[in-house]
Amino acid sequence: MPLELVTGNHAAGHSLAVAGEANRSARGVVCGIYPITPQTEIVEFVARFPFTKGRVVPVESEHSAMGVAIGGSVAGARAFTASSSNGLAYMAENVMVAGFYRLPIVMVAVNRTLGPPWNIWVDQGDTLMLRDFPWIQLYCESNQEVADTTLLAFRLAEDHRILLPALVAMDAFIVSHTQTETDLAPQELVDRYLPPLELPHRIRPDDPRTIGGLAWPAESLSMRVEFDEAMQRVPEVYEEAREAFLDLFGRDPGAAVQPFACDDADAVLVATGTIATTAREVVRRRRERGERVGLIKMKMFRPFPADELVRLLEGADRVGVLDRNYAAGIGGVFGHDLKAAMQGRRDDLLVQDYLTGVCGGDVTPEMIDSVLDDLLERASAGRPVWVGVEAPEEARK
Amino acid sequence: MSEAPAVGTSGIPCREECLLRPGNTNCGGCGMSVGLRFLGEALAEAGQRCSLVIPACCGIVTAGAFPTTSYGVPVVASTFASAPAVASGMASVRDLNGETDQVICWAGDGGTYDIGLATLSAAAERNENIIYVCYDNEIYGNTGGQRSSATPPGARTATTPSGKPEQKKDIVAVMAAHGVPYAATLSIAHPEDFRRKLRTALRLEGMRFLLMHSPCPTGWKSEPGESVELVRLAVASGLFPLYEVRDGERYRINVEPDGTDPLEYFKRQRRFDLGRIDIDEVRQACRRRIERLRALSERFPIGAEA
Repeated sequence: MPLELVTGNHAAGHSLAVAGEANRSARGVVCGIYPITPQTEIVEFVARFPFTKGRVVPVESEHSAMGVAIGGSVAGARAFTASSSNGLAYMAENVMVAGFYRLPIVMVAVNRTLGPPWNIWVDQGDTLMLRDFPWIQLYCESNQEVADTTLLAFRLAEDHRILLPALVAMDAFIVSHTQTETDLAPQELVDRYLPPLELPHRIRPDDPRTIGGLAWPAESLSMRVEFDEAMQRVPEVYEEAREAFLDLFGRDPGAAVQPFACDDADAVLVATGTIATTAREVVRRRRERGERVGLIKMKMFRPFPADELVRLLEGADRVGVLDRNYAAGIGGVFGHDLKAAMQGRRDDLLVQDYLTGVCGGDVTPEMIDSVLDDLLERASAGRPVWVGVEAPEEARK
Repeated sequence: MSEAPAVGTSGIPCREECLLRPGNTNCGGCGMSVGLRFLGEALAEAGQRCSLVIPACCGIVTAGAFPTTSYGVPVVASTFASAPAVASGMASVRDLNGETDQVICWAGDGGTYDIGLATLSAAAERNENIIYVCYDNEIYGNTGGQRSSATPPGARTATTPSGKPEQKKDIVAVMAAHGVPYAATLSIAHPEDFRRKLRTALRLEGMRFLLMHSPCPTGWKSEPGESVELVRLAVASGLFPLYEVRDGERYRINVEPDGTDPLEYFKRQRRFDLGRIDIDEVRQACRRRIERLRALSERFPIGAEA
C-alpha cells in the first residue's frame, strides 16, 4: 500500500470516510459535522467524500452533531462525528445519550485545552472531562495510529458483545496538523475488516418500542449492570480486533497498553499520546546508560486496563505518570486512576503524578529526564508535581 | 412486535393501529392526547407509518415506564434540545434506503420555542424531510408549570407569580420566515381543519411545522371538560388564529374569528388575574394580528389547488 504524506486530521478523516463507505450495502452512513479548531479538517474531509450511500449533515452545533449521529445510528446506519475541546463540552449531554443507548458511534476527538482562557493547544482535559461517560476511550500517538485505531474503533464498537460508542483521541497540532508518511487503508481491505453494520436494536416502524423513556430504578439499574458487563468485555474484544487488523493490513494498530523496556524495570513512566514518543526515546537513552527504567504507553483509558497494568508493573517499585491534563483539586486524571487501580493490589507501589504539557506547553526530553530524576530519588509519593512551570513573574513579562 | 398481546395488563384491548394506545396516564382534558389521536388517524387514513422523536416533555412521559409503551409506533426519546437533529439523522437513513415512513417530532413549547429553537431553526434551514409538531400548552407543564416564551402575557405560572409581563413569541412567523414548505396552526376544537392540515403535511416533503394549541388543565387551572371549548374560544376571538403558510410566503386564514370577546377565554382559566389584564390592549392586539393575516392572505394567497 502506498504511503501518503498526510496530517493526523487527514488520516482520521480518511478512516472515517472509508469506514462509512464500507456500510454502503447496509443501512448507509450518517455523520453530523460541526467545525472546531483543530478538528475542522476532519469534518471537511468527510464532507467532501463521495459516499455511495451516506449523508453528511452540516449542523449548527456540536450538540446537534451528536444528535444526528444518534438518529442515524438508532435507524441502523454507521454513524460518526468529530470534535474537540469546548465543542465536546457543549456536546456532552448527547455524548452521554449515545453511550447509554448502546449506539456504536465513533468519534474522533482532537485533544485541545478547554477554555477559558482561549487556548487551542493540546491538553487532554476535554476528553477526560468525559472520563465517566459511557464511552470507550483510546488515545493515539501518531498519524498512523490514528488512522488504524479509527478503523479498529468501529469494529470494536459494533461487535455485538460490546455495542458501545468509542472515542479516538489525538493531540492537537502535534498530530492533528503534522504531516507524516501514513499508510491509508484502501477501501477493499476496509470492506473486509468492517462488515456491513447490523445493529440489533435499530428501530423499525412496524415494531413499536420506546427507546429512552422512563424506567424505574430496578430496570435502570439492570441496564447499567449490562452496560458494565459490556465494558468489561472490551479488552478481550479489542485484542481480537487488533489481531484481525494485523492479519488483514499487516500492521499492528497497537495494544491497549504498550510496554517498552518494562521487563526488569524498577521505575516505570506512564504516558499517553505524543508524550509517549518522547518518553520512549528518553527511556531508551537511559537504558543505554544501564538504568532500569521503562515506559508504559496507555492507549486504552476507558475501560481502565487495571489488570494489564498490574501485570506489567509487577517488578517495578515506582511509577511516574505523565499527565497532560489537570483535574481541579486532584492533579492528573491518569495518575489518579492508576493509584485507584493499584489500591489493595500493589500498595507498595510508589505512584507519583507529574503534570506535563498542561495547556499545550512542549514536553521536552529534558523535562522527562527531570521527571525520571525526581522519581528515582523519591522515598514516597507526594502531591502532583507541575513540570515546566515558569515562575509567575517570568510568565507575566 | 407482531405477537403483541391482544389484551394489555389493564384488560383494555391494545389496538396496534392506535398511535396513542388506551391506558396511557395523560391528564384528563390534555390537548396533546387528542392531537396524537388525530395524528394517528391521519396516518392510518394515508396508509403511512411513522417513527416519533420526542424530547423531554409530557409527550415522552406519555409513553409510560419501561418495558411498556403507550405508543403504537417506535419512539426515540431525545435530549431536550435535540429532537430535530435526531430526526434529521433518522430521516437521512430512511431516505438513503428509499423508505417512506414519516419521521415526526412531537415536542412541547419548551423544546420548541426555547431550548430547542436553534436546533429547530437549523433543521428548517436545511429543509429536513421531517414533520415537526409542537403541542403548545403555553407552559413548562412537565416540570410543574413554569413560564415559557409561549406563555401569553398576564398568565400566572410558577416563575411568573404575578403574571407574565412579556408577549408570546410568534413561533409560526419565525418558522415561516425560514421559508419552510408548510407551517400551520391547529386546534383540537376544529378537527376537520386539523385533519386536513395533517393530510397536507403528510403529502408534502421537506420541513413541515405544525403548531397545536394544546389545553393543559393542570397548568391552565381550567376544568378538563372545558378544554375543547377553551381553545375554540381562542380561535373565535383571534387569540389563536387558524392559518397556514406555504413556502413562507403564501397565506390562508382557515377560520375567521367570529367576534367573540377574548375576555371569555380569560374568565374560564384561573391562571389569569382579570384585574391585571388590559383587555382593551388584548382586543386591539387580536384585531391587528388578524388584519395582518387577512392582508397577507389576500395579497399572497394560497391557491385553491394547494
